[in-house]
Amino acid sequence: MPEVQIRKTVVIVEEIFHEGGPIASTPQRRAAALAVIHNPYAGKYVERIEGFMHDLQPLGMEMARSLVKALGGDPKAVEGYGKGAIVGSAGELEHGALWHVPGGYAMREVLGNAKAIVASTKKVGGPGARIDIPITHINASYVRSHFDAMEVGISDAPRADEILLALVMTTGPRVHARVGGLKASEIKGEDGLR
Amino acid sequence: MKAKIRKIATFVEEVSTEMGRNVSPPARRAAAVAVIENPYAGQYVEDLSELMLIGEELGELLTQRAVAALGIAGHSAESYGKAAAVGENGELEHAAAILHPKLGTPVRRVLGKGAALIPSSKKRGGLGVVLDIPLGHKDAAFVRSHFDGMEVRISDAPRANEIMVAIAVTDSGRPLPRVGGLTKDQIKGEDGLR
Repeated sequence: MPEVQIRKTVVIVEEIFHEGGPIASTPQRRAAALAVIHNPYAGKYVERIEGFMHDLQPLGMEMARSLVKALGGDPKAVEGYGKGAIVGSAGELEHGALWHVPGGYAMREVLGNAKAIVASTKKVGGPGARIDIPITHINASYVRSHFDAMEVGISDAPRADEILLALVMTTGPRVHARVGGLKASEIKGEDGLR
Repeated sequence: MKAKIRKIATFVEEVSTEMGRNVSPPARRAAAVAVIENPYAGQYVEDLSELMLIGEELGELLTQRAVAALGIAGHSAESYGKAAAVGENGELEHAAAILHPKLGTPVRRVLGKGAALIPSSKKRGGLGVVLDIPLGHKDAAFVRSHFDGMEVRISDAPRANEIMVAIAVTDSGRPLPRVGGLTKDQIKGEDGLR
């Protein structure tokens, strides 16, 4: 069972007061937790890789908790989330897919069993690659005001034999959301969609 | 509040291994970046004093944010640096007005000391421009283990009429310093150099 070896972690917090319109009474906050880990499968094709998802669970929980802390400490303040991964050049896209379960379920657990699927993206890239992490409402994927994204990256990661793992949480809608659709106040909360 | 702030982003990096070797304690650095309106965008203005006052205000705010992001007391900081990126409708001198006349005093007040020059860089650029913030020991510029830099960027800034202002603070030097020179335990702390 490979051990998770972390080279570095990065936490980014954005606080958005306005975007040319009225200044928000409560600024929107977005946070991203990034971890750069060794890819145990770099440089070779390995058929059975599922076990690594289990190994990543503690890191997922740690990153999810660090996001709640970065956003002020109250899980109830979190309204949106997303996740992603960048696999270094000696790895394959499928290695990034290992992050779906440990990253997603960690956030859902830390946020009190959030209902919506965690939006995600992944790619293979070199050091400094940027990735746009998609964001949706934690309890109802169709809430239009919370469709968002946060661009993240690290100048020296991922190296060829590394994976950059990312989790993102936000505290609210886009700062000047006004294109209609399902509102957060209209969520039924039964199916994770509406 | 003189500065019209659109957003503030904070970045925390923690390096725990480098080339497979443990970094203990981890090397940690933080940057706080404000995106503000440039009051002089699109025009030549002789007297830049408004930006100097904005620099004073941001010196305090961003240093407090960076120290808080590291979770340390101000006096525990070891190195620092500053940088600014002016959007395309501004001039390099606008960055100079923010960074040089008045920003340093509140930085040093928050950090308790700071005998050394605060290393700086500036540029003009578009959205997503990369800022490399130079870093040096806050009490003795010649401490070689603390010569460093931190890259930050914000995907949607600076817009043409904006300025990005960044302050970086660390609680350590490079992850595995071994190129000799003055060490931090040899600091006299009298002239800001050694």
